[in-house]
Order: sequence, then structure tokens, then C-alpha cells
Amino acid sequence: MSALVAIRSRTRARAAVTAVALAVLLAGAILLGLLLGDYRLTADEALRALLGIGSRVDVYIVTQVRLPRVALAVLCGAALGLSGSLFQSMLANPLASPDLLGISGGAGVAAVWATVVMGYTGAAVAGAAFVGGMTVAAILLGVSRRLSDGGYRLVLAGVGIAYLCSALVGYLLKRAQLNDAQSAIVWITGSLGATSWMPVGIVGLALAVCLPGLIGAARSLPILALGDPVARGLGLAPATARIAIVVTAVLLATATTAQIGPVGFVALCAPPIARALVGHGSAALAAAGLAGALILLTADLAGQYALPGLSVPVGVVTGAVGAPYLLWLLATSKGRRA
Amino acid sequence: MTHRSAPTTPSLRARTLGAGYPDRTVLDGLELTVSPGRVSVLIGANASGKSTLLSTLARLIPPLAGTVELDGTDIHAIPRRTLARTLGILPQHPVAPDGLTVAELVARGRYPHRGLFGRWTAADTAAVDEALAATGTAPLAERRIGALSGGQRQRAWIAMVLAQDPRILLLDEPTTFLDLSHQLEVLDLLVRLNRERGTTVVVVLHDLNLAARYADELVVMSRGAVIAQGRPADVLTPSVVSEAFGLEALIIPDPLTTTPLVVPVPGGVRASADET
Repeated sequence: MSALVAIRSRTRARAAVTAVALAVLLAGAILLGLLLGDYRLTADEALRALLGIGSRVDVYIVTQVRLPRVALAVLCGAALGLSGSLFQSMLANPLASPDLLGISGGAGVAAVWATVVMGYTGAAVAGAAFVGGMTVAAILLGVSRRLSDGGYRLVLAGVGIAYLCSALVGYLLKRAQLNDAQSAIVWITGSLGATSWMPVGIVGLALAVCLPGLIGAARSLPILALGDPVARGLGLAPATARIAIVVTAVLLATATTAQIGPVGFVALCAPPIARALVGHGSAALAAAGLAGALILLTADLAGQYALPGLSVPVGVVTGAVGAPYLLWLLATSKGRRA
Repeated sequence: MTHRSAPTTPSLRARTLGAGYPDRTVLDGLELTVSPGRVSVLIGANASGKSTLLSTLARLIPPLAGTVELDGTDIHAIPRRTLARTLGILPQHPVAPDGLTVAELVARGRYPHRGLFGRWTAADTAAVDEALAATGTAPLAERRIGALSGGQRQRAWIAMVLAQDPRILLLDEPTTFLDLSHQLEVLDLLVRLNRERGTTVVVVLHDLNLAARYADELVVMSRGAVIAQGRPADVLTPSVVSEAFGLEALIIPDPLTTTPLVVPVPGGVRASADET
């Protein structure tokens, strides 16, 4: 066996072990999500209810209350982890994530506008959010042509746009009906509460649509990382590849934002965890998706049950955990993961 | 070397080529036929257009006028990955991402050969193993690129383009920043590849004497045009050196290889020679 085969099989083994470990943890968190709550269920009852066996209340609680919420957390977390991973690997910058780049903010403005002003619901809101996020991405790409510092000023520009977006959201809410504003405020913090199967379907559909883009990105990102001249020499068109990656990443982030609001830091934190676990300078897309799902679901469970008698939205939890990480990232200036 | 399919060496040709940047034309009406199966060395003063020519030949930048033809077909009419299977280029000063190992870098050279689903095949493994062996980088396979010496790093990058398995290999100043022994190491490697695989090699070099020693054919550039092309002994004359480099020089046979040796005449010597 050649040295190369040995190295490759070791690399693949590590990626596989990482994926399996994350999947096992995620399965545990999912089970916990089905069990925890005021209505007591044993693991056996919960799993049977999942198959439609058991009392009507059991089945209703599991399949219509807890499972949609858990599924939404898993899908949204995966979408955020993947989106962050795409941005960070493409820009070779650990600060690049849809929330810090202002893309979630743009999606938020469009989603609030669609809900409050236009009265849209469901997939139409997701569509508006995508347009909002793409608008911000297009502005950033236009600006970045004149930037040559590998993305730091791009992130600053994104932070500026994010502030502008939160101001716009504030303005939209101010002129909205009290009822709409109430629901929009819940949404702004980032919340998985009051879930039905509808948003789960929308985010699931977005993930399915993004699958070809993700497969393409998994192939083009390692080549793009070698620099544009080398990438061209290997037969890749860097500009086309980047546009495909941005569209995919924006769709993933905005579909999530439209359904659960601008939940911060998941897209920022999940990818570096995945990269550290997988190693070898890989973008570790699959692991980033699993890590994102695990983080968001765990954060939601913590928000619901960690403080007795007090349930906080998931966005509060991810913010409380993610903000210190961002500060650490800035303080240690571990800046460039090229 | 059983995995190589095309035994014939394709021809590469530039016709009335114009190239450059929006604000500056570098090449204007350049004509060049690269000799198939040989080692061609591009020489010329700074800003004479060597890198621009190489980049245009490899489709890294689009020509402003004229065409580059591979076996008579405009390279811009060839799908990118198809072209990359025939034509490989190592640009100047490539930078590898942090943490990347030699084996992974070289494996990325297989990109144009991967199928729709990117499945890694036995042919990929064979090509990478061969590239590592040919460049002497097999013992370094698990080392990080960032931890290598300059010469080792350059050999790793050459291994990457070899894994690409091109029939024509273009290299832009692969010896810059290397000390002399590493320069020789890289050039010996290129000549060996040419002899063993029949790969056409086009390389930009700065050192005229190394160029003369290693080239089957020298291509001398000045102000965006080819002013001389041929065997080093025929091309490297005092008048060509003067035209291309603005340099007065004595040309003597290299005592070791009998290829031309360029001995520049310093200003002081020139002045005293004029007086006598």
C-alpha cells in the first residue's frame, strides 16, 4: 500500500469518526428534546409515540409539539453551520459568517417587511428573506472587488450593514400593527417556539435545493484555497465557483432567518469546531452541518429547561455563549485560517 | 507510467497575440511556436512580458488580441478542465493554506481528472504517488507545506502540477528565492521529467547562464515581443544580450558544458577599455 493510500484512509477515517461522534451526540439531543417537558414521557413511550403508537395525547405531544421543534432546530442549525462554513472557507476568514456579514440582517429586514407590511406568510417570507440576503451579498461582493485584505474589511462592512438592517427592522416595527409587532419581536430574538411542521418543510426544502451547491462547494473550495492562478491552472473558473458558493450560503442562511429569526453565532462557531475535529485544512462541511445542528438544538433545550420556571428564546442562549467566543477570536487574533 | 493516455505531444502556439491589463498593453502581435517535447526557457528583462506570455498561454488571463492554439484549436474554445488535463501551469509564488500537507496539496492536482461525483480512483493514487516519487517529496508527504524549506516547498508544488499529468508544463520563475543548489535541483528535475515523460517544458528563468545550460531552446523576449528563439549557442550573442537586457557582455563557452556563458562587462571595465 502506498504512503498516499495510508494517509488518505487516515484522513477519511478521522472525518468519519468525527461525523459519527457528532451524529451520536445529535441523536442523544434529539431524544432529550422529545422527552423533556412538563408532560412526562419515558423514552419507550416517546419512541412508540413517534411511530404513532400509544395514547392520543402522547402521540400529539411527540409528533405535533416536540418533534417539529426539534426538527426545526436540527435543520436550521445544520443550515447555519453549513452557511458559515462556506463563507469562512471561501474568504479564509473565521469571522466571516452570515450574521456578521449582515446577510442575516438583510434577510431579517426583508422578512419583517414581508410579514408586517405585505402580510406574507410561509414560503413567501422565505423568498423575500433570500432576496434581502442576496442584496446584501451583492453589495458586499461589489465592495470586496476593491478590497485586497482577504476579508477583514469585508466583515467590517458587513457589521455596518447589520446595524443598518436592525435600524430598518426597528422602523418597520414602529409603524406596524401592535399584533404583528408582538410576533415580530419574538422572531427578532431568534426563537424556535410555537413551531408547526410548515417551517420545518421550508427549511428542509431549502437544504435539499442547496445540496448540489454544497457538493460543488466541497469540490471547489480546496482548489480555490490555492489561489486564483493555481485554481485556473487546474481548470476551475474562480469567479463562477465563488458565485455558486455565495448563492448557496445565502440561501441556507436566509431560509433559516425567515423561519426562526436572526439566531446569532451558530454559523460563526460551528465551522471552526468542525475544522478542528476533522483537521487537515479541510472545510469540513458535513461536520460543520452536524455541529451546527447540535449547537442549536442544545441551545434551545438549555433555553427551555436550564433555568427552572424560565424559558428563554434560543437566540438569547446562542448569543450568551457565542459572544465570548467572538471576543476570544478577536483578542487572540487567531485571525487567519487560510 | 501506464496511466498516461496521449503519447503524442500537442503543439502550443501563439498567433498575433496581444495581452496585458486595461491600463497597460504588455504583449503586442507576439508570435511563438513552442517546440513540442523540449525544454524551452523564456528569458528577458523585467517587464519584458515573460509572465504575461506564460499566463496567456495557460489561459490564466484572456488575450486582448490574437489566439493561443493547442493543436490548432483556440484554447478558449476548449473546456477548462479538458485543457487542464493537457496543459499545466505553476504560477509565481503560489501560497498553500495553513496546515495543508504535501500529500493533500499534490492530491489537489488531480482536480481536472475527477469525474462528476469526484470519486477518487486508482489512477489518481498512481498519479500522485508517481508525482511524489519523481520530485523526491514522498518522504515529506505528511509534512505541512508551511514547515518545509524553500526548495522542498517548490518541489511539492511541482509535484502538484505533475499529478495533474499535463503534456505541456509551464512554470513561472520556479527558482526565484531558492539558493543555488536548490535552483539546480529544481532544474534537474524539470529536465528529467522532459526526458523521461516527454513533457514539453516552458520555464521562465532569470539566470542567463542556468538558462543556457538547461534549455534545449531559448526564447528571448524584449518589450512584449520574441526577439530570438533557438539553441542557446545560436541565440545568446552579445547583440541579443545587449538588445534584450541593455547589457554589454562577453560570451564564452561554459568550461563544464560548453553552453554559452554570459559574462557581463561592468561599467568601470567598459570605461577603461574605451580609453585604450
